[in-house]
Amino acid sequence: MTVVENRWFRVTPCANIPIREGRVVKIAQWQIAIFNLGESFLAVENGCPHRGGPLADGIVSGTAVVCPLHAWKFDLLTGSAVNHPDSNACLKTFPTRVEQGIICVELPATTESQETASPVCEHRDLPLRWVQRKPLASPPAEIYEL
Amino acid sequence: MNEKLVVVGNGMAGTACVEQILKYSPRFEITVFGDETHVNYNRILLSAVLAGEKSADEIVLNSLDWYRENNIRLRLGVRIASVDSVAKTVTSEDGNVTPYDKLLLATGSSPLIPPIEGVQKQGVYVFRNLDDTRALLDRARKGARAIVIGGGLLGLEAARGLQIQGCDVTVVHLMDTLMERQLDSIGGGYLKAKMECLGVKVLLGRNTAAILGDTKAEGVRFKDGSEISADLVVIAAGIRPNVELARAAGLEVNRGVVVNDYMETSHPDIFAVGECVEHKGVCYGLVAPLLEQGKVLAATLTGNKGPLYQGSVPAAKLKIMGVDVFSAGDFRENIPGNDVVRFEDPALATYKKLILRDNSLVGVILVGETSDSHRYLDWLRSRTDLREQRRQLLFPHAVADSGLDVAQLTDNHVICGCHGVSKGSIVRTIRDRGLTTLSQLKECTRASTGCGSCTDLCQSLLKAVAPQFQEEEKKVLCKCVPFTEPQLRELVRSQRLRSVQEVLDIYSNGTGCEVCKPALSYMMDMAWCGGHDEDRSARFINDRVHANIQRDGTFSVVPRIRGGVTSPQELRRIADVAEKYSVRMVKITGSQRIDLLGVQKSDLPKIWADLGMPSGQAYTKGVRMVKTCVGTDFCRFGVQDAIATGIELERRFENLFTPHKLKMGVVGCPRNCAEATVKDIGLVGQEGSWQVVVGGAAGKKVRKADVLVTVESAEEALQATALFFQYYRENANYLERTYDFVERLGIEHVRRETIYAPLAQQQGLRERLRKSKGLSRDAWLEGDAPRHSSQFVQIEPMENVQ
Repeated sequence: MTVVENRWFRVTPCANIPIREGRVVKIAQWQIAIFNLGESFLAVENGCPHRGGPLADGIVSGTAVVCPLHAWKFDLLTGSAVNHPDSNACLKTFPTRVEQGIICVELPATTESQETASPVCEHRDLPLRWVQRKPLASPPAEIYEL
Repeated sequence: MNEKLVVVGNGMAGTACVEQILKYSPRFEITVFGDETHVNYNRILLSAVLAGEKSADEIVLNSLDWYRENNIRLRLGVRIASVDSVAKTVTSEDGNVTPYDKLLLATGSSPLIPPIEGVQKQGVYVFRNLDDTRALLDRARKGARAIVIGGGLLGLEAARGLQIQGCDVTVVHLMDTLMERQLDSIGGGYLKAKMECLGVKVLLGRNTAAILGDTKAEGVRFKDGSEISADLVVIAAGIRPNVELARAAGLEVNRGVVVNDYMETSHPDIFAVGECVEHKGVCYGLVAPLLEQGKVLAATLTGNKGPLYQGSVPAAKLKIMGVDVFSAGDFRENIPGNDVVRFEDPALATYKKLILRDNSLVGVILVGETSDSHRYLDWLRSRTDLREQRRQLLFPHAVADSGLDVAQLTDNHVICGCHGVSKGSIVRTIRDRGLTTLSQLKECTRASTGCGSCTDLCQSLLKAVAPQFQEEEKKVLCKCVPFTEPQLRELVRSQRLRSVQEVLDIYSNGTGCEVCKPALSYMMDMAWCGGHDEDRSARFINDRVHANIQRDGTFSVVPRIRGGVTSPQELRRIADVAEKYSVRMVKITGSQRIDLLGVQKSDLPKIWADLGMPSGQAYTKGVRMVKTCVGTDFCRFGVQDAIATGIELERRFENLFTPHKLKMGVVGCPRNCAEATVKDIGLVGQEGSWQVVVGGAAGKKVRKADVLVTVESAEEALQATALFFQYYRENANYLERTYDFVERLGIEHVRRETIYAPLAQQQGLRERLRKSKGLSRDAWLEGDAPRHSSQFVQIEPMENVQ
């Protein structure tokens, strides 16, 4: 279950994700939440850095999503925690594009640490897990390709 | 025997006069006829309703309660057709004859319709009353092109309101100056620039000849032959006193009903007040003079003849946010002996002009900066000698803060020009009655309930005088939808908004957030009783998949077990399901139900199908359950059938949404084994009767429920419960539990609006509840017919790594 090098994955037809909602897909070791924002699709890792809540089940607010468990709010473009700026919590974001009506997501090559660490919260009382990531200066161009 | 006073007209002038009459003497038997179907409201604020700043409820001045408390017979939606001044009767259009001893005509005025061809066409509106406003709100849509004929106060306010509603607005004015009755050409020029700056187009010197279009207005043509197209046309070209009734009754009538300084007409038993009146050749169309007239007339009419009405200084303030215009008195400059003091700064778009005569102020125009309007109006009314202040007329010495400013005012200084309330009387009332909020002050003194321009002054006085002054917070829904919930409810209904996204597009930034989206979803459901376009994306995950999300992202399943009564078969099915789907925990809840915990989203439809039981709605802001004791079925102390009543109660309300979760309890005797008195709604059986209690709580807060009513039969108890249930659904704010709701309104108020409400109101509540219930369904039926292909299904990627 490793991604050898950065590559694009065809995920699912656009129609499978209703507008302003998210759905989770498992690819390789990732749990990816993909959101339909009308004019684009955005993808982030599904587990909330706070307590592992399923972000794909959150309410979408513009280009942000609100975790259904404790209302942490994340910008889907940068992955930053909008309402907890001091936490440094940051979601991993994945480039997306649409090809012939199919949503595609680009996954990075698997590194050793990712293989060993479980990226998804399967248990209660999982310890806090912070994913540090520098917010993008500008969103990747692919996001707007449609 | 009491004298009969009949008042024709239920507007501001007539009702304010009645208020004054009640102060003098309660001896009259008063009947009020109004041809509108609304109680007395603040007509001046209609432009705020059009602009969406206020809801229709918020501009009510006298509620039905007020009429009731003062024993006033109110007939609404009835027009008086004739007056027989010999027999002393009035006859309404429906043929009813009402005798009077004294008759008060407060018939107001109607919009003046200029001679324009085709004004009867569809899409041509006037802007005079609440119905006109509603009609305009119905028609105003984003991108609609609107023409407002008339560039006076009302026309400009209507134009701005329509523009806020998204219309592309053009004001067409006959004269060369906007508001030419209040402004000179320079002031009018500044005003025009401001309106254009807001995006309202202004055409001056245009004489409208015709409305274009076959049956529907499609534009207007001017006398010079030019045309512009439009989707709607609003005529706001002035008003005309309604004098037909007075004329037919044989009173002396010129432009208005002629009255003397005592406000008497030419007939000894008939009086007139308000916009329909002409005093010394002047008809007033602004609120302050009408209220002054009302005070004088009240004295005359109640046998306390003495006070004189000697005319009013006309004063007007444009109520458009960001466009400050004030005008008072006579501003003509070219009269010998008049001095003009003027200041103008085009960069600041500020213009001030004072006209003085014999060292006192006779007229004032302020554009762009109106904060001194009160001082000028005071000088005007009191004819203050201004020799001493000649150097500071336009720029008074700066005062340290507003508190000081208020302190400098004399006790006689009139704060509220509309209702003539002085600083002294406000300060006295605040002290004597220990007032702390603006709304209390409004209720006690009426100050700032007219045009509202003295609100800040009243606020400052409260701050200065009341030790525990409370700033009233107006709780808006959230940052992205800056309206209060009552406002939003009104907007949703009046604008016929049928989806959350529509509200967000028109009244917000188009995106919304986790706070407003679920609240708006609920409002939609209430406004349209379920017959709307439900947007699942605006709802919390629980309401998307009909299960309660748990801390690990799994869900819990709680089937409906009405009244907590189940059967061996049901229990067996539940046990089978728990085993088949490896449910992590099976737990008896505190609500006499069974909870299956740790279920995967994709298993939900299969579990529901296997259970064969309806949803217990344990995941939503809706009707949860009815907890019961065994009552007369088994209990040796039971005096009422708690089980059957509880099950029936649950059946009647299940599947419905509420502002917050709603839990109920039914007990068969006052021992209260099922804790009915700490439930949102409880029925407490007693020997021979049922007590209906509401607003109980045993959560973060513990509160004993208030008794709504005690009735004989279970059916009556269920009926009373239904009234409260629907009233709560319609009037509570989203996420407001019944215990906060009941506490906020007071149980007396709740009773008045439910079990003691007029029959029609009760029927309305029942009817809407019936409609909602009819459209509601067991949410778990969606397991067989999902809203969306991936609602419960885990999406499998088309490509994956091997």
